[in-house]
Amino acid sequence: MAIELPENVVVSKLDALASWCRKNSLWPMPFATACCGIELMATGASRHDLARFGAEVFRFSPRQCDLMIVAGRVVMKMLPVLQRIWQQMHEPKWCISMGACASTGGVFDTYAVVQGIDRFIPVDMYVPGCPPRPEQLIQAIIDLQDKIQAEGTITGEEFDLPSRQRRKRALIELPVLPSPPHPTLR
Amino acid sequence: MIESATLDKLKAAFPQALPSEFRSQARIVVPTEILFSALAWLKRQAAFDLLVDITCVDYLNYRGATDRFGVAYLLASAATNERITVRAFLNEPHLTVPSAVPLWEGANWFEREVFDMFGIVFAGHPDLRRILMPEEFEAYPLRKDYPLQGRGERHNFPVLSRDRG
Repeated sequence: MAIELPENVVVSKLDALASWCRKNSLWPMPFATACCGIELMATGASRHDLARFGAEVFRFSPRQCDLMIVAGRVVMKMLPVLQRIWQQMHEPKWCISMGACASTGGVFDTYAVVQGIDRFIPVDMYVPGCPPRPEQLIQAIIDLQDKIQAEGTITGEEFDLPSRQRRKRALIELPVLPSPPHPTLR
Repeated sequence: MIESATLDKLKAAFPQALPSEFRSQARIVVPTEILFSALAWLKRQAAFDLLVDITCVDYLNYRGATDRFGVAYLLASAATNERITVRAFLNEPHLTVPSAVPLWEGANWFEREVFDMFGIVFAGHPDLRRILMPEEFEAYPLRKDYPLQGRGERHNFPVLSRDRG
């Protein structure tokens, strides 16, 4: 949780300063489960260097990170672990859903794969791709930095806005209509 | 492929086994009562020392099928480079088969996977529990009457929102 301020303190420039500090020092928590994890490692390696953008270290402890990058498909056995890691991260925290599988379940519409982690975790940025190129992930981090700078407050009030709390329309389940009988298969 | 001498000895030892061949792949079908003794004979007398895989097929709605589940043991011989598939057919509600763990230690996880995916119980298995799905999962996913997208178990979790404090 951020700073408690008395009412007579002007915070407009302080918001911008705090957001600038936070956006330029986003330390990622790599939640790499599958193939997108390899691209995440490639993004952190020397050719496409993620440390240029402030992600100096990939801390594997959620207590030391503020950005969780979920890279790869998340199965139902892993989802409670993902939620626990998210809860252990300190605020302010953001989440990037990297790749098609983390965003929507990808090609794996099966009984074990969660169809999008944004059903259970608040996600700020989605990166399409299978896997996304490192440049796409870097673009997502830049966009997230712009979002933090535009909306950030020093006390973290931007997370209380209804736009952040509202359940996404795409996640409302549509009724499954029964399919007509196949002409040849039994 | 299997040498004809081995196949003749197998047919002599187990007259109830039904051998057949398809494109040089040998397979026998045994009733479940003699399954363990057939596997033990193959391991000890015919030198099939490698258990390659244990798997299962669900023949629900299959054209011309008479039994529902077919458990398949794929064996190989490292000395003579022979391979054979041993099949045992099961029907509900008698989905119990003796475990092959006393013969091959590697059968442990194979049988756990077959139990997890099809619900076939291996009698005598030291630690028969689910291996791929979570422990509290209740259905058997690879059966033909289980839908591919599941029955809602994959989304049965609490939703975390951005509430502070």
